[in-house]
Amino acid sequence: MASHAIHIEGVTRRFGDTLAVDDLSLSVDVGEVFGFLGHNGAGKTTTVRLLNGVLAADSGQLHVLGLDPQTQGPQLRARTGVLTETPSLDERLTAIDNLTIYADLYGVAVQQVKQRVSTMLETFGLSERAQEKVGGYSKGMKQRLALARSFLHQPDVIFLDEPTSGLDPVAAQEVHEMIRHVSQDEGRTVFLCTHNLVEAQRLCHRVAVMEQGHLVAMGTPKELTHEVGTAVTYRLEVAQEQQAAALAVISRMPVLQDVEAGDEALTFASSERDSVPDLLNQLIAAGIRVYALTPQATSLEDIYLALHAREVNKGKVLGGVR
Amino acid sequence: MNKRAMWAIIRKDLKVVLQSKAVLIPLIMVPLILLVILPGVGGLLLANADADSQIITEFRSETGAFFDNLPDSLNQKLEQYDNEVQRITYVMFNMFFPALYLLLPVMAANVIAADSFAGEKERKTLEALLYAPTTDRELYLAKIIGPWVAGIAIGWLGYLAFVLVLTATTLSFMGNIFIVDVTWLLLILWVVPAAAGLGLGAMVLVSSRVSTFQEAYQLGGMVVLPIILLLFGQLGGVVYFSPMVVLIVGAVLWVLTLGLIGYGAGNFKRGELIARL
Repeated sequence: MASHAIHIEGVTRRFGDTLAVDDLSLSVDVGEVFGFLGHNGAGKTTTVRLLNGVLAADSGQLHVLGLDPQTQGPQLRARTGVLTETPSLDERLTAIDNLTIYADLYGVAVQQVKQRVSTMLETFGLSERAQEKVGGYSKGMKQRLALARSFLHQPDVIFLDEPTSGLDPVAAQEVHEMIRHVSQDEGRTVFLCTHNLVEAQRLCHRVAVMEQGHLVAMGTPKELTHEVGTAVTYRLEVAQEQQAAALAVISRMPVLQDVEAGDEALTFASSERDSVPDLLNQLIAAGIRVYALTPQATSLEDIYLALHAREVNKGKVLGGVR
Repeated sequence: MNKRAMWAIIRKDLKVVLQSKAVLIPLIMVPLILLVILPGVGGLLLANADADSQIITEFRSETGAFFDNLPDSLNQKLEQYDNEVQRITYVMFNMFFPALYLLLPVMAANVIAADSFAGEKERKTLEALLYAPTTDRELYLAKIIGPWVAGIAIGWLGYLAFVLVLTATTLSFMGNIFIVDVTWLLLILWVVPAAAGLGLGAMVLVSSRVSTFQEAYQLGGMVVLPIILLLFGQLGGVVYFSPMVVLIVGAVLWVLTLGLIGYGAGNFKRGELIARL
């Protein structure tokens, strides 16, 4: 467990009759960017609260940085940074006041507070308006200030709930770079709660998918592709005048699905690997000149949707049994 | 105790309060009216009055019950003065104003706590604070110390302003600063902290059940009722401010305050607070 920044085992938390987190077990390595995916109400925020000792688990065990959030909450929270879903900033105060207060709150060395606040404002592009009250900031600026606050005390584990929400593409890209930097160069662990699957695919070493409080899958996107058995999409490039003939060949193979003809290439999906050489043989036999046949990477979105569909189907089966 | 973190929370709450007109207006207007304008105008009227003036005759007629049942100690005190204007001045500012004055620390702590507790919920700034590296107790103490100390400080500054205004308007005909005595000192040092604590404790209780500053302010304002009762008790000749009465009033307020603050501490749990956000 020493290399685990986060370790959860069999954790359950209820709110009345609602099961917010159901028998959750997972581990996150030190320095890993871990994606925590799920719909609203999937249990992501509750899990972050449990991991920070802000909520107590009904059962199960949690350890973050080797500390028990329930009995060592203050020591743990001094080493974690949290970006909450809403920026949670004091809008009557300036950006400098907001950060200075939280620097004191998180125990940044007194002689370093000014420098650290200034660095974070610079990093997140807020220096020029640092003396203004936050109430006058745009949504994106507030989000950047909230991010600055979560990175301020250089936490070992950073929990980010939708970190690029409200940011323009350039600012979002800068946040992505910051996340990569703290993970790769500084060895900090990032626990990323997001709906943004493109973001998760770009940043995360591994992801976990939550549905209604329970974990439905966890692993690298590649592992999840295998687990879900999602069909791989292929791109076939043939001579323009031979596209119709190629399309006819593909159509004769029922294992190939979702066939689409584009301007430059045909695409189709197949869940059977052996169908690829079979198709090539048939295309060559038909005299079609193949320039390229390339598998496309399965997106996290595909995996996520497949997992969601699988859970819905499970629900239907269970409903039928009942 | 993480004193630095607690001080950061106290500083934050007070800074935020100073930026709110809804909080600042009552904090400025109430002491200004109660302890500067009212005594200033009253003092000036009395300075220019004689035994037959309207202010003297009306005050006598409206506070008949009070004068009918004067205890001996107070009678002796009043006999030291040469004329009716001096006696009325003494009674008005030394007997009736203390109850009015107590409204100030209650109200001040109450309104600041409303902003600090319910206002924080309303502004959605509580969640970040709950993730801070403090224990529940440290967070609770930090949240109550600010309004409490501010309530006491406003009470003491208000008294100072009251003394200055009355000295300026009544010293010429009273001959001394008659509102600095043992009763007032007990009031300042013993009752004001308890009264501020009562305003605060009531707000802690109310804030857990409401979600906006205005709701909290309106409901929490009911805490002044015991003080109003005290004032009517005086007017009706039931209670007379004396050192002993002030000690008892203070003791009652302390019991109420400590009960409310203790109850609040027992209910101030991160998990419950965050679950309600």
